[in-house]
Amino acid sequence: MKDVRDALFVAHASDGKLVRRPMSPHLGVYRLQLSMVLSGLNRISGIVTSLGTLLLVWWLVAAASGPKPFDTVQHVVANPLGMIVLFGWTLALVFHTVGGLRHLAWDAGYGFAKDVFNRTGPIVIAVSVVLTLLIWVVGFALWHHGVPAAGTGS
Amino acid sequence: MAGRNAQVQIMRSQLGRVRGLGSAKSGVEHWWVERLTAIALVPLTVWFVVAVLLHLGQPQLAVVHWAAHPVNTVLLLALVMLTFHHMQLGLQVVIDDYVHDTRSHLVVSLLNKGASLLLALFAIVAILKMAFWIHAS
Repeated sequence: MKDVRDALFVAHASDGKLVRRPMSPHLGVYRLQLSMVLSGLNRISGIVTSLGTLLLVWWLVAAASGPKPFDTVQHVVANPLGMIVLFGWTLALVFHTVGGLRHLAWDAGYGFAKDVFNRTGPIVIAVSVVLTLLIWVVGFALWHHGVPAAGTGS
Repeated sequence: MAGRNAQVQIMRSQLGRVRGLGSAKSGVEHWWVERLTAIALVPLTVWFVVAVLLHLGQPQLAVVHWAAHPVNTVLLLALVMLTFHHMQLGLQVVIDDYVHDTRSHLVVSLLNKGASLLLALFAIVAILKMAFWIHAS
């Protein structure tokens, strides 16, 4: 025992013998499965969405500051690189939300059967991609209606 | 039940019992608040994405007018507060999982809490400033 916390990993097995409690199964033991990938992606998309909140705060502060700072944000986001970032953020946010609904269903006790979660995994991916593309198609359609050109400052 | 092999399986070590480790009814709070904020954020996020789509390419004053409507102000504030609370809770779990060194864990955890709080305050002040926008010109 190197650490007092190791004491918490020792327990009595059902036959009364002292055993070390099992740790989580090692990743290397398992064949790569969709559920593992989606579980990791839920976390990664959460981190990406968190980084994206910087853009949200910048946008809000700019809108509260005046036309010039607001135009700067609009210009940066309308630039191809800005659009790629915004698209990535949209995808991460949509995936985290849709996948999050699946996690909430699990938390409520639904959808644990093997055939069910093997079906809902691909559905989460499909719905996320379709919703993200839909948001962007609608966005482009509305944008070209509402704006004469990029950078319509007042 | 009353056989010789009947045993109560206690999944808690003697040391853990002596040191008073245990939930004291608050062990699931972090997990629970993360779920509650997640549920509330689903409709708020959908509302926000739709609102942003409807304001694409519009001038700054249009955004201010929209944010100044009391319903929008309240929903924006709710969205921002819950987003940063949920974000802080979620990132903390990632930090707990991957930052093992006690000192680094404390530093990174405090940075997470500080950054989340500051970002939330920036957003809240910006929203309130739009809500009470003064037309100077």
